[in-house]
Amino acid sequence: MSSYRIQGDTGEWEVVIGLEVHAQITTNAKLFSGAATAFGAEPNTQVSLVDAAMPGMLPVPNFECIRQAVRTGMAINAQINKWSRFDRKNYFYADLPQGYQISQLYHPIVGEGAIEIQLDDKNPDTKKTIGVERIHVEQDAGKLMHDQHPTMSYVDLNRSGVALMEIVSRPDMGSPAEAGAYLSKLRTILRFVGSCDGNMDQGSMRADVNVSVRKPGGELGTRTETKNVNSVRFVMAVVEQEAKRQVALIEDGGKVVQETRLYDPDRNETRSMRSKEDAHDYRYFPDPDLLPLVLDDAFLEECRASLPELPDAKRQRYETALGLSAYNASVLTAEVETARWFEVLLTETAAKANKPEADVAKQAANWLISELFGALNKLGKSLETSPISPAAGAELLALVADSTISGSIAKQVLEKMLETGDGAALIVERDGLKQTTDTGAIEAAIDTILANNGDKVEQYKSGKEALFGFFVGQTMKAMQGKANPQIINELLKKKLA
Amino acid sequence: MTNLTDLGIAAIRKGVVDGEFTATEVATAFNAAVAEAQVSLNAFIVITPEKALEAAAKIDADRAAGTPLGTMAGVPIGMKDLFATHGVQTTAASKILEGFMPQYESTVSQKLWDAGAGMLGKLNLDQFAMGSSNETSAFGNVVSPWRRPNDTAPLAPGGSSGGSSTAVSARLAPAATGTDTGGSIRQPAAFTGISGIKPTYGRCSRWGVVAFASSLDQAGPMARDVTDCAIMLEAMAGFDPKDSTSLNLPVPEWTANLSGDMKGKKVGIPREYRLDGIDPDVAKSWDDGIAWLKDAGAEIVDISLPHTKYALPTYYIIAPAEASSNLARYDGVRYGLRDLPDGAGLQDMYAATRAAGFGPEVKRRIMIGTYVLSAGFYDAYYTQAQKVRALIARDFTEAFKLCDVILAPTAPSSAFALGEKSADPLEMYLNDVFSVPASLAGLPAMSVPAGLDRSGLPLGLQVIGKAFDEQGVLNASLALEQRAQFTARPAKWW
Repeated sequence: MSSYRIQGDTGEWEVVIGLEVHAQITTNAKLFSGAATAFGAEPNTQVSLVDAAMPGMLPVPNFECIRQAVRTGMAINAQINKWSRFDRKNYFYADLPQGYQISQLYHPIVGEGAIEIQLDDKNPDTKKTIGVERIHVEQDAGKLMHDQHPTMSYVDLNRSGVALMEIVSRPDMGSPAEAGAYLSKLRTILRFVGSCDGNMDQGSMRADVNVSVRKPGGELGTRTETKNVNSVRFVMAVVEQEAKRQVALIEDGGKVVQETRLYDPDRNETRSMRSKEDAHDYRYFPDPDLLPLVLDDAFLEECRASLPELPDAKRQRYETALGLSAYNASVLTAEVETARWFEVLLTETAAKANKPEADVAKQAANWLISELFGALNKLGKSLETSPISPAAGAELLALVADSTISGSIAKQVLEKMLETGDGAALIVERDGLKQTTDTGAIEAAIDTILANNGDKVEQYKSGKEALFGFFVGQTMKAMQGKANPQIINELLKKKLA
Repeated sequence: MTNLTDLGIAAIRKGVVDGEFTATEVATAFNAAVAEAQVSLNAFIVITPEKALEAAAKIDADRAAGTPLGTMAGVPIGMKDLFATHGVQTTAASKILEGFMPQYESTVSQKLWDAGAGMLGKLNLDQFAMGSSNETSAFGNVVSPWRRPNDTAPLAPGGSSGGSSTAVSARLAPAATGTDTGGSIRQPAAFTGISGIKPTYGRCSRWGVVAFASSLDQAGPMARDVTDCAIMLEAMAGFDPKDSTSLNLPVPEWTANLSGDMKGKKVGIPREYRLDGIDPDVAKSWDDGIAWLKDAGAEIVDISLPHTKYALPTYYIIAPAEASSNLARYDGVRYGLRDLPDGAGLQDMYAATRAAGFGPEVKRRIMIGTYVLSAGFYDAYYTQAQKVRALIARDFTEAFKLCDVILAPTAPSSAFALGEKSADPLEMYLNDVFSVPASLAGLPAMSVPAGLDRSGLPLGLQVIGKAFDEQGVLNASLALEQRAQFTARPAKWW
C-alpha cells in the first residue's frame, strides 16, 4: 500500500485509485469501416457510410485493430482470449450515429495482466505491480462542435468509429504519483508496441480516473469517476483534488455519491457531470451483426513474434549487458524514440571506434543524456526533430573514443554541428581542434604556467593539493583545449613532484 | 400472342433469348400492369417504369450485339422497399425515411441488376418489416388481389412482404424480392398462392437492407413457381465481405439440380405443429402434401420438435430486442425525418422525430425490445430467449437425424380480411407460429401453393430443410408443386 495519506480533521485517509485508459489504436482505417483515421482532417471528410450509420450498413472488423489489441495484451503479460465478442452499448447522442457503441462488455479480447511501475528510478524498492483487469476494443464517437453556429451544434464524424482500446486497471494505486507513474508507463509500453501513439494532447490517449477514500485498511469508499483526463499531470491533480474533496465532504458529515465528474484544469477542481440517478441504462447485448471473434494459434504466434523488446526488458539489458546506471537506463527507455536513437548511436559508435558496444555504451549514454538533450532543449527541439542524426553523433563520439579530441572540445564540436549541420570530423579538421599529444608543446606550456604562478606552486607543495586542478585547467586553456588531459596530468605530476 | 404478364422468370428469359419478344416489350407490359393496379392494390411505394425500360433496352442491345445474357435477363422485378436502391427513395414503409435517397445499392439488388433484371418499382411492406398483414405501412396497406367468392371485402396480402406477394400474384411482376425475419416471405406467399423461399441465414448479403432483426433477417425470392425461385435465389445469393454474417460458401447450382424425385428421401412430420383447433382445411392440405411427397417416392416419418411452443415468445423477445437497437439510428440527425419543435433541445428533437416518424407497431416493438434489454430484465428475457433459441435449433438438428426435410403448413389459416386482426397484436403474432421456428434456427424454408380452402383462398405448404440444403427444400417443393397442380389465380377486379 502506498504511504500517501490525506491528512483530515479525523486523522489519516488512504486513497484508492483505478484508471480506465482509452487509447486510440494506431491504424490507417477505422475499427469497422475502411474510412481513414488521420488526425486533424477537415470535418466529415473521413466518414464512410458505416460511420454515418446509413440504413442497412454493417460493421466488418478491421483485423489490424484486433492484432494491435492482442499485441498490447501480450506486452503486459495478459491473458489473451481466443474467443471474444462484440456487444452494443445503447444510448442516444448526436455524436453517436448508430445509437449504440460497439464495444466488448461480456467477453473482452484481453483479460488479466499487469504493469510494473517504479516511483524512483534510482530506488528499486519503489517498484510496484499494478493489475490490469482487461483490455477491450471499441468504437470512438464523433465530436460535437458548439462554436460554429449561434443556436445549433455541428457534428464532426471523422472520429466516429475510430478504434479504441479501453485498458482497465485494478484499483491498485494509492497516490497521485502512482497514478501518474502507471499512466506514463502504460503510455511507454503502448508506444514501444506501436499500438497507440500516446499523443495525449491530441486525445489519442485519455483516462477516466476512479477515486475513493477510506480510513487506512478500512472498507472501500464510494468512488467517483472523472472522465476524459488528458495528461499525466492532470491525472495526478485529479487524484489529489478529488481525494481532498471527498475527505472534506465525509468529515463534514456528507456522503460521496457515485457519479461522473469532469476536471477543470483552469480552476484545478473536479465538477459533477451526472449522478448515478441519471445514469444511462446501456442495454448491452451481443451485436448480432458480428460473429464472435475467434483467434487461432498462428495469428497469436504472429502477434507474439512481432513484439519488440519492451521497456522493462530493455532497461534491464542496458544495466546488465551495457553497464549503464539505473538512472540512465531508465531515462533511455522512457520513450521509444530515445531508445531507438540510443541504439543506433551505440551501434554506429562501436563500429566507428572499432570497440565492443559495452565499451562505448556509458560514454554514448552520458553524451546523449547530458550533452545532446541539453543542446536540443536550448533549441526547443526533441530527438524526433533533432538536426543531428545518430550516425552524426556516433562520428563525434568515435573521435572522443580514439582520443582525436577531448571531451571539452567535443562540446564545442557539437555546438558547431548544430549550427552548421556539418559532420564532426570535418569540423575538427577544418577548425584544427585535434587533440595534441605532442609532449614537447605541452611541457613548454606547463613550464610557462608554473613559472608565472610561483606562489601557487608553493602553496601546492605545502599541501594545498586542490590546486592541481587549477594547473590542469590553465594548461588546457593555454593549449586551447586541444591537449590530451592524460598527458597533462602525467607531466604536471612529474613537474610538481 | 402470349400475354407477357402471365410469364414467369424462366419463360421471359427464354422468350427474350429466343427472340420471341423483346425485353422492352416485357417491361412495357409489366409497367402498364403496375400502373393500372396501383390505386386499387397499392403494391408499390414508388414506381420506376424508366428503370425497367432502361434495363430492358440494355438487354435488347446486348442480345443484338451477341453479348451473353444473364440468368435474369429481361426480367423486370419488384424490389421490396427494404433494399437500398441508389438514387431511388428507400423508406422501409416508414415516414421516418420518407424522401431518403440512398447513395448506395444493396448487394442483393445489385446482383439482380448484374444478372439482367430491371426494376419496376419499390414494393410496399409492413413498416420496417414489422407485421403479418401489410397494415403497418406508413404508405397505406396493400390489398390482396384475392377475394372471397361474392365478397368485395379487401383481404390481407400477408406481411411483411405484402407488396411483393400482391405484385407477383396479381401479375404486376413475374417475381419480387422479399425479406423474411419470422415468416415475411413464406406467409405472404401462402396467402397469395405464390412460391417463396427464405434461404439459410447468411446466404444472401444483408448489406444495404434496412435492418429489422439482424440475427434473423434474410432476403429471398418470391415468384410464380419453384423453378423461378431457384433461378432468382441463385442470382441473389453469394458471399459478401461487407456482411460479417455472410456465408463464405459458393452458390450451388440449384436450378440445374432441380428434381421432384423424392425416392430415398425422408420427410419429417413434426407432431407439435398439429395444434389443437387447427383449421380443418389447413390440416387437409397438410395431409395432401404428405400424400404427394409419398407419391414422389419419399418415406414419411414422424418427428418431434419439442420446443416449438416456445418459438413465438422467444422470437418476440429477440426480434424486438435487436430492432430496438437497430432503429436507434433513425434520430433526425443525419437523414430522414427531423421534427425540431421551436426551442427544442437534442432530446426533444429525438422524441418529436421518433414520435412522428415511427408507426404504432414499430413503437410497440421498440418498447418491447428496450424493456427486455433493460437492466434487471435482461437475464430473465433476453438471455433466457437466447437459451431457448439454442434449444429450438437443437430440436431441428435432432430431427434432421431422422429426415431430410420437414413438411408443415406455412400459416394457420388462409388470408384474413384487412382490419380483422390489426386491433389485437397477439392474434396477429400467432400468424407466425409455423414460420418462426425455422427463422430462429436459421434454416432454409419455402412456401408453395397447395390448393384453395373452402372460401376459395390459397393455402401454402412449408418445406423446412437442413442448413445449407436449399436444394433439398427446392426439390421437395417442386415435388409438391408438380402434384398440387395449383393453377388458381385471382380474378381481375382492379
